Amino acid sequence: MVQIAADALGCQVKPGGLSGTPSHTAYHPRWYRERVSTYWWLWKWRYLKFVLRELSSVPVAYFVTLTLVQVHALSDGPQAYADFQRWMTHPVFLTLNAISFLFVLFHTVTWFNLAPRAIVVRLRGKRVPEFLIAGSNYAAWLVISAAVAWLILRS
Amino acid sequence: MAETIKLEVTRYAPERHQAPTSQSFEVPYRKDWVVLDALNYIKDNLDGSLSYRWSCRMGICGSCGMMVNGEPKLTCATFLSKYAPGPVRVEPLRYFPVVRDLIIEMTDFMAKLRSVKPWIIREEEKPLSEGEYLQTPEQLDTYKQFSMCINCMLCYAACPVYGLDPLFSGPAAIALAQRYNLDSRDQGAEERMGILSQHAGIWGCTFVGECTRVCPKHVDPAGAIQQYKLTAAKEWFKSLLMPWGAK
Repeated sequence: MVQIAADALGCQVKPGGLSGTPSHTAYHPRWYRERVSTYWWLWKWRYLKFVLRELSSVPVAYFVTLTLVQVHALSDGPQAYADFQRWMTHPVFLTLNAISFLFVLFHTVTWFNLAPRAIVVRLRGKRVPEFLIAGSNYAAWLVISAAVAWLILRS
Repeated sequence: MAETIKLEVTRYAPERHQAPTSQSFEVPYRKDWVVLDALNYIKDNLDGSLSYRWSCRMGICGSCGMMVNGEPKLTCATFLSKYAPGPVRVEPLRYFPVVRDLIIEMTDFMAKLRSVKPWIIREEEKPLSEGEYLQTPEQLDTYKQFSMCINCMLCYAACPVYGLDPLFSGPAAIALAQRYNLDSRDQGAEERMGILSQHAGIWGCTFVGECTRVCPKHVDPAGAIQQYKLTAAKEWFKSLLMPWGAK
């Protein structure tokens, strides 16, 4: 019973623990359950892509923190802000920011591509096609990016 | 001599083996044969002790799901020609306990399926004299896709979340819960929300999306789960903003 209950729950019963691992009998079948490898995501591109997508949240958090530091430097006056700008030209930050930017792009594109699966819009009883949902996300991204670029570059 | 193709089939006899092993069989290679035909050929001509589940041969019963070259497939709908010149690796569905050879234990899935109450729940049944519960084609269309599930469990074998956390309700069970939630005749959405808005329910899903890709009936369980998450989040906000409206 212990083994059956443990198998049903996916636990491992240690040999020697409790009454030991029971062997197979007609009324007590011994199921074989394979352990999932820690590296299950490494050998298939689709799983690797998923893990990279999940990991991309770290660079997103990094950029948010960096923006907060930038705002803080701005509030501390011109000298602090000039120091901040000088750090950002350091090769370590340049590399880190370039890698983070690629991850954030990956995050954005995969997020927009998945959006139509979660958002179901019905117009006159018909489901709005997936490309229109994803397309409106991309369009909003472009418009907001253009607006931000205009705000920064107008001077 | 007729052309043949090699099948590497997982064998496991619990009374004799400590762990599953692989056995090779040469079977005739025919363009119109699916993997299930090759397994039937082995059982009829080469080794009658090979155990596996199958029934309808036409992608309806959902019995013959196995891993073919590492991918969850209905073996009745997977042609040998796709894997020519071979070899073709046939294994039991991943993440389930193996009973014998290619047969997996499905009690866990059945229990999960029951737990989400995949049937029409009414607060009060109307009397027979009032006739059927009518439904428009649009109302049918909202849940029809999710009703195509044949319980073949390929989505569970594709879901690493289920593999790592066996308590996770899993793709098919949640998709079927959503099928009844979206049915205009059903009034059990709130009851199911209590069961599925837990960590082992919808929030266990990390949206790997493989369940949808392997589904032979194009059910899109990943979509169903994300839509359910959206509904659950909306309900939570509603109860936060209007606590007096909560039942």
